[in-house]
Amino acid sequence: MIELLNALLVIVLVLNLFALGNSRILSVIRIVAVQGALLGVIPLLVHERITTPALIAAVAAIGLKGIAIPAIMIRSLRAAEIKREVEPLVGLLPSIILGALATAVVLLFSRKLGAASEAASNMIIPASISTVLVGFILLITRFKALSQVLGYLVLENGIFIFGMLLIEAIPLVVEMGLLLDLFVGIFVISIITNHINQAFSSMDTRELVSLKE
Amino acid sequence: MIDTVVHLLLLLLLPPLLLGVINKTKALFAGRVGAPFLQSYYDLWKLFRKGMVFSSATTWIFRAGPLVTFAAVLMAGLLVPLGPFDAPVAFAGDLILFAYLFGLARFFTTAAALDTGSAFEGMGAAREVTFSCLSEPALFFGFLVLAKQYGSLSLTGMLHGPAGGMPASVVAPIVLVAIGLFIVMLAETCRIPVDDPNTHLELTMIHEVMVLDHSGPLLGTVLYSASIRLFVLGSVLLHLVAPFQFGDPLLDWLAFVAELLALSVAIGVIESIMARLRMRRVPYLLTGALLLCGSGFILLVR
Amino acid sequence: MGFVLILMPILMGGLAAAVPSNRLRPWLLPLTAMAHSALSILAISNPELGSSGQWLVLDPPGKLILLVVSALFLACSFYSVGYLKHRMERSNRIFVACLLVFLGVMSLVTWAHHLGLMWVAIEATTLSTAPLIYFNRSKRSIEATWKYLLVGSVGIALALLGTFFLAYSALPAGLTPSLTYSELLQNAPQLSKSWLRAAFVLLLIGYGTKMGLAPMHTWKPDAYGEAPGVVGAVLAGGVTSCAFLAFLRIYHVCIVAGEAAFVSRLLLFMGLFSMAVAGLFMIGQRDFKRMLAYSSVEHMGILMAGLGIGGPALFGTMLHVVTNGATKGVLFLSAGNIHRAYESKSTELVRGAMRRLPLSGALFLAGFLAITGSPPFGPFVSEFAILNGAFDAGRYLVAGLFLLFLLVVFVGMGKTVLKVVQGRVPSEVQDTPYRDGILTAAPILALMAVVLLLGLYIPAPLGRLLREAVAFLELPK
Repeated sequence: MIELLNALLVIVLVLNLFALGNSRILSVIRIVAVQGALLGVIPLLVHERITTPALIAAVAAIGLKGIAIPAIMIRSLRAAEIKREVEPLVGLLPSIILGALATAVVLLFSRKLGAASEAASNMIIPASISTVLVGFILLITRFKALSQVLGYLVLENGIFIFGMLLIEAIPLVVEMGLLLDLFVGIFVISIITNHINQAFSSMDTRELVSLKE
Repeated sequence: MIDTVVHLLLLLLLPPLLLGVINKTKALFAGRVGAPFLQSYYDLWKLFRKGMVFSSATTWIFRAGPLVTFAAVLMAGLLVPLGPFDAPVAFAGDLILFAYLFGLARFFTTAAALDTGSAFEGMGAAREVTFSCLSEPALFFGFLVLAKQYGSLSLTGMLHGPAGGMPASVVAPIVLVAIGLFIVMLAETCRIPVDDPNTHLELTMIHEVMVLDHSGPLLGTVLYSASIRLFVLGSVLLHLVAPFQFGDPLLDWLAFVAELLALSVAIGVIESIMARLRMRRVPYLLTGALLLCGSGFILLVR
Repeated sequence: MGFVLILMPILMGGLAAAVPSNRLRPWLLPLTAMAHSALSILAISNPELGSSGQWLVLDPPGKLILLVVSALFLACSFYSVGYLKHRMERSNRIFVACLLVFLGVMSLVTWAHHLGLMWVAIEATTLSTAPLIYFNRSKRSIEATWKYLLVGSVGIALALLGTFFLAYSALPAGLTPSLTYSELLQNAPQLSKSWLRAAFVLLLIGYGTKMGLAPMHTWKPDAYGEAPGVVGAVLAGGVTSCAFLAFLRIYHVCIVAGEAAFVSRLLLFMGLFSMAVAGLFMIGQRDFKRMLAYSSVEHMGILMAGLGIGGPALFGTMLHVVTNGATKGVLFLSAGNIHRAYESKSTELVRGAMRRLPLSGALFLAGFLAITGSPPFGPFVSEFAILNGAFDAGRYLVAGLFLLFLLVVFVGMGKTVLKVVQGRVPSEVQDTPYRDGILTAAPILALMAVVLLLGLYIPAPLGRLLREAVAFLELPK
């Protein structure tokens, strides 16, 4: 059980790096989709027995993160007719290295926080925090609206991992929080990308510069 | 004793079949029937019967290159334990020898390429050396993780691991190292997405462009060494992804061959669904492999 | 009672979505707002109505914010009717419905005694206000909405992580995780210190983004600048106050846990930094609505600094929430009128507002004087109380910087505001049909009266409420 969990979390971390290093938006969408679907397995492994909230979280993650959101994003990518390259603010290689550095630092120091169980401190907490950080890097270093939403989704994935630690103790809060977060993600993607697309005929946020100092 | 003989036989005879399996998989993906599984053997047979042509600009280095390469990868093959069996040659620190046998092979391949004095082959040599700067440290980090984990500096010891299977805490670094080594393997054996073994456009190639001037038996040796290299690296990787054993020698050998063939199919699938990376993106991939193996190390020592 | 206050506006929002008439629909706003205010006062004055189950409790700080939100919304609701009369060309179905839902979720924030529920409510305020910012359907308003949603939801996602951390901090100590406010306060001293600190930082960033503290304030000038004035008023007076309340809960837990020194350092830094950034961006600001946004950043900074000083400054801080909310209402609503009369927000074109709109211009000027802390208005009293607290606590450096930044803000804001209200109307500005009407001027006048009243004397019930809130925050020492 715990071996599988650790292996999954490591794959999640590797997908983080791939998401940072990939130059095509479509591939990044797919990577984030795979990551989301993998996350769906985690609630079933974290605690000894499988509870209803864990099952709901699993289904929601696989269905929404793994299938629904990527489908919406791919559709809006098709509709948008934008250049399919990512165009990052810093190069792809530096952003991979930045992500790997962040991951390494988190792995080295997260034990200082002092977790309640060995499994949590070993992989879950560092995986969660470093995924959040990678999501942040994606958000900051990308220009396209879709890429930024992808960053938000990765960030949300990190929070999801952490939520799994608490899904037995406070199931309602965790479920509600995660689902609402996902809902916001969908909301942002579908409404804003559509409208930005209509108004600007491109989803490059560098065009959104009429408001600045 | 019998295991050593089997080891040698497999090392010498199996590798071209792996190429055949890869090509067959690719053909199936493309909807073609494809060449027979044994095509690589026929090719080698054909090449070994041919004569050789040498450019007047070349020296003995050009001739020695393929031979030294062949000897080096064969020697490396003797250091790697296949499946649950011990390697014929094993001593503490042989992992360094293993890595540098590959280094030696690379040095002579590139030296032979430079020896032709052709601009194209020099370019290929430069690329090969550049990329190996990244793949070699990745390989070392991967070995470092294994050596640290199992407390052995010999390939046999560290690849076999402890008797009772892996403890939970090492799964994470092992997965990282496995992915990293897989990328290294693809790079070392010149497969997609790093290099395309089928391309005939010199500007885009790495390995193939270096051996353009070789012909006949020498070219055969080059191809043969390349397949052995795939075999060797593949069997290193198999220890990480499929550390099963049954206890019965016959079953174990069969399982090993089956795993290796499955790995070839996996490579074939990857080649079919991915495109070759642009040349300037290749270092990103290799840096990724390096970072993966490095994080595996961090994960282990923290 | 809690359910009524929360659900009634939301149901009215549903009703508004069903009403077919564009002309009648806005009247639902004042109707709901009046009912809401009446019920709020009822709930605040009767302690036995102040709790519905363990998750919905109205404690003194919650009462204070509920009062501010309800009163501000009441003023804005009448104003909206007048505003929407001028925007008949466009359906106000979504606008009215979202405003009403927004009132409901703001009430939920004030009632929530469960930090998870409170997070949900704050997230809901983001969602319900995004369509309001997008009301004008222009390129610039899309840009503003995009930034608002993206920055806001990242902030709120970090707040969720912080909330999880807070819950997790009970586990290493062997306690059962709980996010109920009362249980958190009870367990606070035993919570794992490192997790609590991490949670505090994340929640400061998360709710700080909603409040608009620098450097997470980037969405604020855009959103406030592009949204209709009335939306700016409810955002600057309502959302920020709600986010402040949410943050206040975390602050309280950390103080009870004995982390006062850590918390106060961070808060003082964030607060003074926000004030400094706001002051710098206000200098030479040509867009008077964006200037108001920076003023909001500045006042959130003042609140944070007040909390950071703690103890003696708490009373002033709580009072400042009230005075800031009311004054922001005055400023945004009058700025909305000026914007409407000139159809421009740039100080290049908007001059002589006193001549074109005597009432709104004068109120804008008075609002400026009030918000920068000039006597005899409310913010003067509250800012003075915070400053006094800083001296009492022996934090002379903080007090000095506080005064310095207030001065910078006064100068920067004064330049822009005086340009707008004084002088002659430039000849190239087209004449627009808009002039002050009763519905668009009276609510501002009422708010201004409140601001003036608070500066002259604090009514006894409000004073009691403030003292209760301060006592509540200092409770289990």
